[in-house]
Amino acid sequence: MKRTGAQILWECLVRENVKTVFGYPGGQNLPIYDAMLDFPMIHHVLVRHEQGAAHAADGFARAGGGVGVAVATSGPGATNLVTGIATAFMDSSPTVFITGQVPARLIGYDAFQETDITGITLPITKHNYLVTDVHEINKTVREAFYIADSGRRGPVLIDLTKDAQQATIDWEYDASPIKLPGYRPDLRPLRKDMEQAAEMIQKAKRPLILVGRGVMMSGAMDELRQFAEKTRTPIAVTLLGIGAFPASHPLNLGMMGMHGEAWVNQAIQQADLLLAMGMRFDDRVTGNLKSYATEAKKIHFEIDRSEVNKNVRVDLALIGDLKETLGQLLPHVAPADHNDWLEHIDEMRGDSAVRDIQNLPDSGHLYAAHVINDLWRFTQGEALVVSDVGQHQMWTAQYYKHDKPFTAITSGGLGTMGFALPAAIGAKFARPEAEVWVVAGDGGIQMTAAEMTTVAQEGIKLNIAIINNGFLGMVRQWQEFFYDRRYAATPMKSPDFVKLAEAHGLTGLRVTQRSEVEAAVRQAQQTEGSVVIDFRVEQEDAVYPMVPAGADLHNMIRRPKPSVLVETADDDKATW
Amino acid sequence: MQHTLVALVEDKPGVLNRVASLFRRRAFNIESLTVGHTEQKGISRMTIVIDSNQTNAERVIANLYKQVNVIQVADLQEVPVVSRDLALIKVTAPPDCRSDIMQLVEVYRARIVDVTNDSLIVETTGDEDKINSLVEVLRPFGIREMVRTGVVAMARGGTPLPSVTEGGSGK
Repeated sequence: MKRTGAQILWECLVRENVKTVFGYPGGQNLPIYDAMLDFPMIHHVLVRHEQGAAHAADGFARAGGGVGVAVATSGPGATNLVTGIATAFMDSSPTVFITGQVPARLIGYDAFQETDITGITLPITKHNYLVTDVHEINKTVREAFYIADSGRRGPVLIDLTKDAQQATIDWEYDASPIKLPGYRPDLRPLRKDMEQAAEMIQKAKRPLILVGRGVMMSGAMDELRQFAEKTRTPIAVTLLGIGAFPASHPLNLGMMGMHGEAWVNQAIQQADLLLAMGMRFDDRVTGNLKSYATEAKKIHFEIDRSEVNKNVRVDLALIGDLKETLGQLLPHVAPADHNDWLEHIDEMRGDSAVRDIQNLPDSGHLYAAHVINDLWRFTQGEALVVSDVGQHQMWTAQYYKHDKPFTAITSGGLGTMGFALPAAIGAKFARPEAEVWVVAGDGGIQMTAAEMTTVAQEGIKLNIAIINNGFLGMVRQWQEFFYDRRYAATPMKSPDFVKLAEAHGLTGLRVTQRSEVEAAVRQAQQTEGSVVIDFRVEQEDAVYPMVPAGADLHNMIRRPKPSVLVETADDDKATW
Repeated sequence: MQHTLVALVEDKPGVLNRVASLFRRRAFNIESLTVGHTEQKGISRMTIVIDSNQTNAERVIANLYKQVNVIQVADLQEVPVVSRDLALIKVTAPPDCRSDIMQLVEVYRARIVDVTNDSLIVETTGDEDKINSLVEVLRPFGIREMVRTGVVAMARGGTPLPSVTEGGSGK
């Protein structure tokens, strides 16, 4: 049948089971938008800035909705996607970006709104395509989705010229096998390496599993749990690994790294075997590489060969899909109890619990950690929480305890402020039934606050908690610790967030006392439309504990000792 | 230490750019990079010489494999190879020096491919050491211009390109 390039594009997206796309029209993707009206089975979400579309597609994918798709026009539309693409790339989020491009005959002539977006995105995409021939669209879309959603996931960009969108050809859908001779995402560990791994695991006295987001990307949550329980091996998670293993499980120690609890990092430093699963030894989790886990043998379970021996030299690498690898390894590992090791880790918790702000009495101040902790309690830990970047992100990681996968979404690798709100829009479309909370700082929310109108136009229900401390808090904290309290460009004035919410057609609430938190959260939950809560928290609060950048993992800045203690159930464990 | 890698890549627009960009952004140093056709249609062969220790070579290989358009990577470090570089050297050659230069060219089994009243172009093929040596002996006469193709290399013996196993050991 006769089809234009634009129609072929949509038809192919339908075949890829795309239900939602996020985007923004413009001159060079007009044919795509025109053809869209004939494909009502795909819902288009009009964002207010293309960065929002990119983050929304990313959030959609991270929430488990499948490949996220964003559409933008050429030139500024395409470059506005860049931050979002880089964010998706760093966190291996399966996404496809489709940009309009000037007609092929104008490429290279600095035409209006021409930009070399395939050149620009080359280092931040898993792969990208410039398509100038209508006959290539079908094949390219299929390859793009396959590449984005296999192996180590990641963003793929298709730059489609306007003439290719407009050209008409006689076309039938081509579903023939994809031929990519240089792309082999289906690697498997060698048998002898699996045997060696089983032997190393058998011998270990102080093993520890390091869990990253790869566990969820592979869908290996059950295998991980069986493995951990069978061998009674404790687990530490990365920021993006949160949710891969239930927080309430006794073997889950919690988050590792820069703002992980001290005993978790100590356990890493004292372990004799590290089983790294779907994580990449980011500098935020290792600290000083020279002193990192020097007593441990290391086995790296990884899908991407280029991650092996990149930051940390490992003794053995098992390259392949984690679910499959763990499934095969499970029958070959012997049950163990590791009681001494687990008891030792428990002892290392020491006084941490009593130093924790959760266990301090209400001093009349509203701390961000209180807000997050209360949010966790009043949502029964069931919410899908999308956090932005900064102090509130770390408090969310520390105090919102996730038991389920794909419910904690945040920009880890790139650390993109402004990510949370648009990503939450995407997440809500992926999981409409979920109670979605955005947790953002007063700085980050302002970077993409215009998307509140997108929320209003789409009529979706989000709850947006702004942790408002009047500073760019994390930078301020570094200035406090490392720059002699010279607060350069971190004090920040914000708009009246209640009025801002109302201006966008949302409900705005304000909380200044801890006693008001519950009522506000309840009201947000019960309000039909989206709600913004402006939490006016303590201004100069710091995230503890902390490993300063590049410092040894075991040399943490601990929480200050409290002057007033309250009794808690955890006090019995305190050793000081 | 120099390391010679061979990559078979799909002959598509932008592939050279992808590989070059990879080296730049991962801060790998390229000594030389050559690209040309192979016996198979649609497949080009890159010979990449890097200056690196073993760890970096591993990283380079792994990152090359990550490129969708890279089909196969071989590390020619561990195997006997034939490696060749081609140079064109434009030398100042007034009549009184000409015979000296021609003698040297003879010794190196190079060729003279262009002659003017006061210059010669010398063409030579060989491994890098031979060419470097020829360049040094010609230098006193005055080298006006020089171009080198960069190294191409092939493993000795009858078997085709020895692939770096992409298997799961990662070592």
